[in-house]
Amino acid sequence: MTDEQPESARPEQGAHPAEDAGTATGADTGTATGADTGADTGTATETDAAAEQSAADAPLLRLEQVTKSYGNVAALSEVSLDVHAGSVSCVLGDNGAGKSTLIKIIAGLHPHDSGTYTIDGEPARLGSPREALDRGIATVYQDLAVVPLMPVWRNFFLGSEPRVGRGPLRRLDVAEMRRTTRRALLRMGIDLRDVDQPIGTLSGGERQCVAIARAVHFGARVLVLDEPTAALGVKQSGVVLKYVAAARDEGIGVVLITHNPHHAYLVGDRFVLLKRGEMAGSHAKESITLDRLTREMAGGSELDELSHELERSPAPPPPGSAA
Amino acid sequence: MSHSPAAPESSAATGSAATAEEDPAAGAEPPHVRSLPRRLLSRPELGSLVGAVAVFVFFAVAADTFLKASSLSTVLYASSTIGIVAVAVALLMIGGEFDLSAGVLVTTSALVSSMFSYQMTANVWVGIGMSLLVTLAVGVFNGWMLTRTGLPSFIITLGTFLMLTGLNLGLTKLISGTVSTKSIGDMEGFPEAEKVFASSFQIGGFNLRVTVLWWLGLVAVATWVLLRTRAGNWIFAAGGNSEAARAVGVPVRATKIGLYAGVAFCAWVLGQHLLFSYDVVQSGEGVGNELIYIAAAVIGGCLLTGGYGSAAGAAIGALIFGIASKGIVYAQWDPDWFKFFLGAMLLLAALLNAWIRKRAEATR
Ligand SMILES: Nc1ncnc2c1ncn2[C@@H]1O[C@H](COP(=O)(O)OP(=O)(O)O)[C@@H](O)[C@H]1O
Ligand SMILES: [Mg+2]
Repeated sequence: MTDEQPESARPEQGAHPAEDAGTATGADTGTATGADTGADTGTATETDAAAEQSAADAPLLRLEQVTKSYGNVAALSEVSLDVHAGSVSCVLGDNGAGKSTLIKIIAGLHPHDSGTYTIDGEPARLGSPREALDRGIATVYQDLAVVPLMPVWRNFFLGSEPRVGRGPLRRLDVAEMRRTTRRALLRMGIDLRDVDQPIGTLSGGERQCVAIARAVHFGARVLVLDEPTAALGVKQSGVVLKYVAAARDEGIGVVLITHNPHHAYLVGDRFVLLKRGEMAGSHAKESITLDRLTREMAGGSELDELSHELERSPAPPPPGSAA
Repeated sequence: MSHSPAAPESSAATGSAATAEEDPAAGAEPPHVRSLPRRLLSRPELGSLVGAVAVFVFFAVAADTFLKASSLSTVLYASSTIGIVAVAVALLMIGGEFDLSAGVLVTTSALVSSMFSYQMTANVWVGIGMSLLVTLAVGVFNGWMLTRTGLPSFIITLGTFLMLTGLNLGLTKLISGTVSTKSIGDMEGFPEAEKVFASSFQIGGFNLRVTVLWWLGLVAVATWVLLRTRAGNWIFAAGGNSEAARAVGVPVRATKIGLYAGVAFCAWVLGQHLLFSYDVVQSGEGVGNELIYIAAAVIGGCLLTGGYGSAAGAAIGALIFGIASKGIVYAQWDPDWFKFFLGAMLLLAALLNAWIRKRAEATR
């Protein structure tokens, strides 16, 4: 994740160069994800590419014509999305477009009203976040990712705590939890001074990174991130996007929700645009430029109008000059 | 399709390989040890400990008889009767909820035990068992209503509080004709039950009541659960951010129902103590004690908003109440000042705890 620019032109999804060994994730990643996509990408031949193509055709997750309303509010209507192993699917849209609703359906927090949601080709109807987790779908929420007053290590293992001993002496494996937390964070390149500090004392970017490291550690196959860069500065956003790329390179299918087309374009393999709950477009990276993506997201003609308005408005007088 | 079979393998592979590869690095790294003052400062019960020492010294100076063994054992006994329930209330508050019914539930528990034994002319242990069932049922009802309706626990338990207050008086009058129960002192099993719930031991000049043992035992169990079990992690998470907890698979509803059952269990212990030490139960008792339990938990460092606190803190909070309530008697002051004193204590403790927490987080 350090020697590879996220935006560097990568082949199709599923291609994990063996040079990845230079990164902290190590050589095991190459073999694991190689098995995952059903092709040894290091020696891609015609047939391998075909096999890879077919593997890529069978998504981990598929949403088709999914609709969801909250009472009278139609939050989503007929939205479709595919998530493939080792690739990043971005969902773009303005505030209120239905992005969070979409991922809450994926994560099992809300059931959808109509349409189909298939996991590994089987239709699914998730009753709780636990069911989604058990099927390898981990979600990092925009607003409810962590319990701020709890130490980092307790947050890291929350809901999946390892235990030792038996009977009434069955207890948390505290030493192992602390050690593993440190190690899993180091592996994602996060060096925390003290895993005992309340996670609320970390910066927003660090918190997102811990949540991502957590999902990767627990063997997520699909990682859903709701606006991980929304509240972050430029530098922290870059760090988070690097971890997104690292997760992708471990063979995880990533769903990245954002309203920032620049961030999406850096790591995304395909882009789904939402507008007031409806799909306004779906593009593979090859078939769209950053400029067009930005324009589409801002809503072509609306952006033109805006730029006209901004041009016409007179420059405000510098403060204090009137006196 | 190749994804699903390969996936678990892939996560296992990455996990173990990372272990092998990172272990030396982790070993070479000096383990991070937090300085002692900082660790102390980050303990929720620090403020209450300072307060307890201050109150103790104050009454040791103000009342000549305060330091006598008999006085100290009385103080400890008073503390234990508050502390037994306060510990469970503290856990509940860490889990983000209130229980206004805990005070009258103690009386309910004693009434059920006494009246069931008397009316069924059975062994007192049958009444004790029946009382446990009824009391736990009330606790589970509180938790179940809360998690079903999503209403604030303040409202739900205010409802149970009022209903129980009425039921206690109404049913007792209906069954025994007066506001108190009949004596069950001559019934089968009474001496044994008295040993379990209301006995005392003489150690030198010190009279150790069995409730003190119950209290310490419950504090130890609560501390263990809170800090060293999965349930404890869930309690902190349910109170600290219940949505986040649910999202990562914590059974938040079950956790909260369990916490209410815990309060009910402790109310049952205290109820049986009152029954077997006084033999009869006044049906109007217990009103107001729920606030004392909550105050003890808050003095002990529990956050009203949940997610923070400790069982030991609540025990120290109860100790402060015990010292103050008896200390005022030994200093031969008007006991009317007790409530004023407690109110002032509560405000001071809340301010001190807020200040300590701010500092602890700032010095990181
Ligand atoms: N729990 C809810 N109850 C009612 N309406 C909701 C709820 N959550 C979201 N909405 C509505 O659904 C629409 C989509 O919201 P959301 O998915 O949060 O958008 P985004 O994440 O893209 O900003 C908005 O109009 C929002 O007001
Ligand atoms: Mg949102």
